[in-house]
Order: sequence, then C-alpha cells, then structure tokens
Amino acid sequence: MVKFNRFTLDNGLRVIVHEDHTTPMAVVNILYDVGARDENPEQTGFAHLFEHLMFGGSVNIPVYDEPLQRVGGENNAFTSNDITNYYITLPAVNLETAFWLESDRMLNLAFSEKSLEVQRNVVMEEFKQRYLNQPYGDVWLRLRPLVYKTHPYQWATIGKELSHIENAQIEDVKAFFKKHYNPQNAIMVVGGDVTPDQVKALCDKWFAPIPAGEKYNRNLPQEPEQREERRETVTAKVPLNDIYITFQVPGRMDEHYYAIDLISDILSRGQSARLHRALVKDTPVFSEIHAYLTGSLDTGMLVVEGKPLENISIEEAEAAVWQELQKLCAEQIPVDELTKVKNKTESTMVFAEMALLDKAMNLAYFELLGDADLFNRETENYLAVTAQQIQEQAKAIFRKDNSSTLIYLAEK
Amino acid sequence: MLDRTIAPESKAIDHINLIKPGHKVLANGCQVFWFNSGDQELVRIEWIFGNLRFNPAKPLLNLAVNSLLTEGTSKLNAAQIADQIDYYGAFLQADYGYDQSQLTLYSLNRHLGNTLPVIKSILTDSQFPEKEVETFIRNQQQKLQVSLQKNDMLARRAFNKALYGNTIYGLTSELKDFEQLQRADLLQHFENMYQPSNCTLVIAGKVDEATLNQITSAFEADWDNAAQAADTAQPELQPAAERFYFTEKPQALQSAIRMGVQMVNRSHPDFPALQVLNTVLGGYFGSRLMANIREDKGYTYGIGSGITSLRDAGAFFIATEVGADVCRSAVNEIEKEINLLKTEQISEEELSLVRNYMLGSLLGSLENVFSHADKFKNVYFSGLDLDYYNRYTEIVKTVTAEQLQQLANQYLHFDDFYKVIVGKYE
Repeated sequence: MVKFNRFTLDNGLRVIVHEDHTTPMAVVNILYDVGARDENPEQTGFAHLFEHLMFGGSVNIPVYDEPLQRVGGENNAFTSNDITNYYITLPAVNLETAFWLESDRMLNLAFSEKSLEVQRNVVMEEFKQRYLNQPYGDVWLRLRPLVYKTHPYQWATIGKELSHIENAQIEDVKAFFKKHYNPQNAIMVVGGDVTPDQVKALCDKWFAPIPAGEKYNRNLPQEPEQREERRETVTAKVPLNDIYITFQVPGRMDEHYYAIDLISDILSRGQSARLHRALVKDTPVFSEIHAYLTGSLDTGMLVVEGKPLENISIEEAEAAVWQELQKLCAEQIPVDELTKVKNKTESTMVFAEMALLDKAMNLAYFELLGDADLFNRETENYLAVTAQQIQEQAKAIFRKDNSSTLIYLAEK
Repeated sequence: MLDRTIAPESKAIDHINLIKPGHKVLANGCQVFWFNSGDQELVRIEWIFGNLRFNPAKPLLNLAVNSLLTEGTSKLNAAQIADQIDYYGAFLQADYGYDQSQLTLYSLNRHLGNTLPVIKSILTDSQFPEKEVETFIRNQQQKLQVSLQKNDMLARRAFNKALYGNTIYGLTSELKDFEQLQRADLLQHFENMYQPSNCTLVIAGKVDEATLNQITSAFEADWDNAAQAADTAQPELQPAAERFYFTEKPQALQSAIRMGVQMVNRSHPDFPALQVLNTVLGGYFGSRLMANIREDKGYTYGIGSGITSLRDAGAFFIATEVGADVCRSAVNEIEKEINLLKTEQISEEELSLVRNYMLGSLLGSLENVFSHADKFKNVYFSGLDLDYYNRYTEIVKTVTAEQLQQLANQYLHFDDFYKVIVGKYE
C-alpha cells in the first residue's frame, strides 16, 4: 500500500506527495502528458529530441545539471510513445533546489541554437547506437509500421528517420514547448523524506506563479481493428534468424488489460513459463523466446519474439509458437498455473515498494490514467482474473488475421 | 518578488549512516551476515562462493557450473525447480562474476518454508543432467554469436584480454570452448566450489530472529564440506605487450572505443582519491568527457570512465561509441582531457561540485536494506570493513586539487593506455 496526499494548483498542476521517512533522500518526478504519439508525422522523434533540450538551460538558469549535481542530486528522463517523464533524486535537505530547477524549465526554456545543434547530433548518434549499429536494432522501426496503419504509434520514439531530427528548427521547438509543457499537462510527484506541508509551501512558491498555458486536447486517429494477416521478411546482417509475431491488443485502460497481461506472464514469465518450457527445454526449437505487452495507452501490442535454433526452419518455428498460442485458446489454464502468475504479480508489487523512485513514477503514471490510487488496486485487479477470461482473451487476440509477423533472415 | 536566478540555499552531506550487519559462522564454516530492516515482509538471500582457480584448458567451468545450478538435482528436475520458485512468487537467479559466483533468492518471508528447500537441494545435490548441459551449450553459442556482432562487446573482450591475458579476468569465451564442457568436469567443479567453507551467506530484509534461525538451520544441517578445501587462488595476470588493437568494420556507423590501464583496487589507500579524479574526468553526467565529447562536440550519445576493483587487480577505463567519421577526433579529445588533469589543477568550483555530487550519490545509493548489504559486500570482498566508507567520505571532502594532479601524473599515462577500437578509425 503506497500512501499519498494530493492537491492541484490553480494553474492546473497536479501534485502528489508520498512520504517515506526510511530514506534521507527525496525524489521529484514530473510527468508531461506528451509522447511520440503527439508528433506531426513529418517531424517524428520530436518529443524525444525535446526531452534532450530540456537539459539545455531555462529562462533564468543557464545550465540545468550543474546546480543539481552541486547539491548532491542526480536526474534523468525518458520518452515513450505516450509520455515524457523527468526525475530527480537528491538529498531531502536540498529539496528546494529541485523545485527551483523544475519550475524554471516549466516556466520557459532558454532555446539556445547551440544546444539544439548539439542535441540534434547527440540524438542522431543515439539513433545510430541503438537502432542502426546493432544487430536487430531496427526492429521497432519495422514492426511499428506493420502493426499500425493509422495511429501515430506507427513510428518509434527515436523517430522514423534521421532526417526528421536533422531538420528540427528552433521555431518548432518553441511551438512544441508552448503546446505541451505547461502546468495543465503535467503531474508532479514528490516522495521520500518530505512532508505534505513542506511540499505545498514549495509548490506555492515555485510552481503556482507559472501561467496555466493552453490545454492540449488530444485527438488522435485510432487504429482500426486488424482484419488481415501481415508479414514482412528482411534479410539482414544478423547472426541468427529471428521471429517476431505481434498482435493488436486493447489499450492500458481496457477492462481486459489484466487478463491479457497475465497471458503474457503465462507465456513468458520466469523459467517455468510455457514458451520457454515447451520450446526451449522440452522440444528444442528456439534458443530463447519471450512474450510481452507494450502496455500502451491506446491500442497496444503483444509481442512474441524468438530466435530459432540453426537447424530449425522458420516455418517449423512459427508453427511451434502458434501451437502454444492455440493451446491457450483451446483449453482453460489449470488452477495452479493461474495461481502461480498471480502470486508472482503479488510479490512483485511488494518488492516494488522497496524502490522510492519506482513508486513515484508509478503514482504519476496512474494519476495520468485517472487516479494515482489505481496503483494500489493493481494487485486486486490481477487477482480477480479468471481462467475463463484468460481463455476468452486468448481467443480474441491469437487470430492469424490479428497477427503481424516480422522475420529476420541471417545473411549467409 | 521571487528571484528565479538565485539558487536556494543548500546543505553539504556530512556523513552517511550504514547498517552494520549481524555476523556468525556456522558449524560447517559458512559465514553468515544479515541486515535486518524494512517494512516489507520479504528477504533477499545470497549464497556467494569464491570462483575456483582458472584452468586455461577448461576455461568455462566457473561460468557453466554457476549457470547450470538451477537445471536439476537428483530430487528436482529443472522444471520442478522453476515451478516451485515461480509458484511461490519468488525469484531465483544465478550470477557469475570475476571473483565470486552466486545464487540469489528473493522471497516473501511467509514462503521461505517452500523456497529454501529448493536452494538446499541445489547447493547439496546439483546433477548437471546431460540434456540440460546440451541445451545450455546450444543456447550460449547462439547468444555468443549475437554478442560478437556488437562492437562494444568486441571492444570489451579485446580490452580485457589485453589487460589480463589468459586468466579468469581476461576470459573471452569462444564457440568451441562450450563444446568441450563435460558433465564429469562440472560435477567435480561443483563439489569443490559449492561447499560451506567457501560460502558467504548475505541476508537482507525482514530478518528477525525466527527468520534468521530458519535460514541458518537449513544451511547448517546436512551440508558438509568436501574432502578438499576450495582452491580459489588465481594465477598471475598476463598483460599483453601490444597496446593498440584495431578491428575494422567497414559498414560501421559508429566505432566502439575502449581504453585504459591496470590500476590499484579498492584496498589501496589511493583508491578513494582516484575515484574523485575519475568522477571529474568521466564518472558522472557533467564530467569533462561528457561535457566535451557529447555536450560540446556531439560526437556520441554517451561517454564515461570508471575504475574496476577486483580481488587481484584494478583497472581504469574509458568507454564510448562515437560516430565512425569522428573516431580519431574523439580519441584526440580524450587524450587532451587526460593531459589536462596532469597539467592543470582542478578549480575549486568544479571540485566542490564533484565532492557534493559524490556524497549525494553515495547517500542516494542507499535506497533500501538491499543497498546496505551491497555496500558491505563491496568492502568485505576487498578485505576491508565498513570503516572504508568513513575514510572514503573524508577523502572526498578533503582531497586537494594538488593531490589530484599528482595522482593524475602518477597513474594516467595516455601513451601507456591499452587502446581498442572496433569500427572505423577515421
């Protein structure tokens, strides 16, 4: 049970305070309700590039990192297709420094040309390091457009192509800031060795004066239900063949999300999971195989990924995966197996309470979903799932005409 | 009116409070350390064993035995081990390290009665079934083929080989090494290594009296030492004479750079001050290497330096992946930054920032009771005690720019660095 207090400033900034006096540290986590899905299709990769620019100095503070490091703090950020999340960890005695820094960059950025030029290069190197210069690195650049034909999830957070980043201009950066980076579109969680009164006072001082800005009303084209089997095969300089079979699944807030998440656990969580047991151990077809959900807010993906053994054909390997998926459709899972994945989920939630920053990030994310307290109801939502629901969802998802298959063939 | 240009007042970190472990030695020689703290009813238990003397003819035994621990005993096959652990919501992992290898169990206290017997069976009775060994070999060979396509991995391998030679630290496994793994060798290695007198048990979490007794009694009874004590001494390291290694990858968009040199480890009095020097150079986001090569030049997504502390060695290294077309420029900038540490004293402004950053970072690394146990392991396996952290904080607070310059001149000679480049050298 993660306890918290919650209030909203007049400018719309939502604030959550989580007291944890077992640590001398504090965390400040700010989630901005903007991700790669909010980008212009001709300017993809922008939310992520922008995340880099948030460290390039703000209107009153020329550099961001240095004053934070000077008080013993650390920070980082990540961008997903749905959100952009910034976080600071610092000694709780120096909490105010975090408020000073974060409120100034929510107020306004410095918009330096030099910073833009350098971060364009840095992000292009990131693009190369993670997506182009690694075996299988470009998988998400290929898979997303295969699965999504309408929704902006069709591009990865890094962007469709290097040129979109190369062409980013300072005017675009300013417009993006104005549209998305204001109190109304943000959720702040302050956790650790802090008190609600202290946080309220610091919010009034540093964040309350920031103008509310414009409310961004999201209106994205939703992905229509998939009704045909899709397939792409690439021959690439990779050492081994690799198979990705992906399925469209409902978004994070759908009532069936928990059953579907447990399906991915049944398939792939731990050494006892079905895919590993059946296809790596009992009948060796793959050297490794995994299944997971993207957990997206809009229509998501359930991905099954495996590297077949060298003596196994792609056809055999695919058939073996489908056989396991069809088992979930044909037979209800045994009681013990359902208990097992529920137990694992439950203990994971207990272990998660050991990590302050994770708690803060989760509170912010669930507040975005509608209510931070949903975080505390996760376990009961998983425990309520029945074997019948799992079978129903398996049948709904594991259809050929809901599948997109990407095959990497190793260039010999 | 709020003046946003002025930073709020701040406080320096004065000291850190570390949890001291309880300690006892079991009748069979197993060392037990425990850390009792936390609100959650859970524990992390680590069984840590010193690796056996490296055998160049059978280089993978330490790794393979550790990886195969969860693959079957005479009473539980691999599937039963996995079922039992997963059913009780526990997590079990086997980790191979340079000096020690270990098993780690994360379990809710209330399930220890069901999870501990699995570990007991593993540590007393692992069987290394032929079928599981075959699966391991096949899958590891596939994984290795993928790793060998990654430039940073190739650079790391070449660097370790050059620094340490054909020893456990320099080990670079080849596909053929996996083929020679034999069940008989694995069994013999297991019996000699995984015995109580070579085991350190570290328990962290809700470790009340009853929990402690439950764990220790399980590993005191019916767990006996082998006839021979474990031989964990390692042969001399064999650094290579050649200092420069270039592997060309004509298609590379980026080149991996790894360079550095052998250095003292944590047990040496200079170590804490060298950590300060390292932090200035490449040990944090605002470091000189990051500021110059990422934030000013935009050559890379990331660059960093570090000091590795092992039982019988230490090493200083710099690692990055840079645009292939700017590889030579990046190497030149690294050289400039090294030389700057030797020719110019670090300003008090920069040094005070690094001091505060390091102390804040130490404080922040103590997130929960597990982190306290981790801090303890760092010093314990270096032959030190928790006083080390008092010395460390004192030195971080007081080391002078002059001393750091001296250390740079004593330890950092760019021309002597081992340099590995994989990709293009343009």
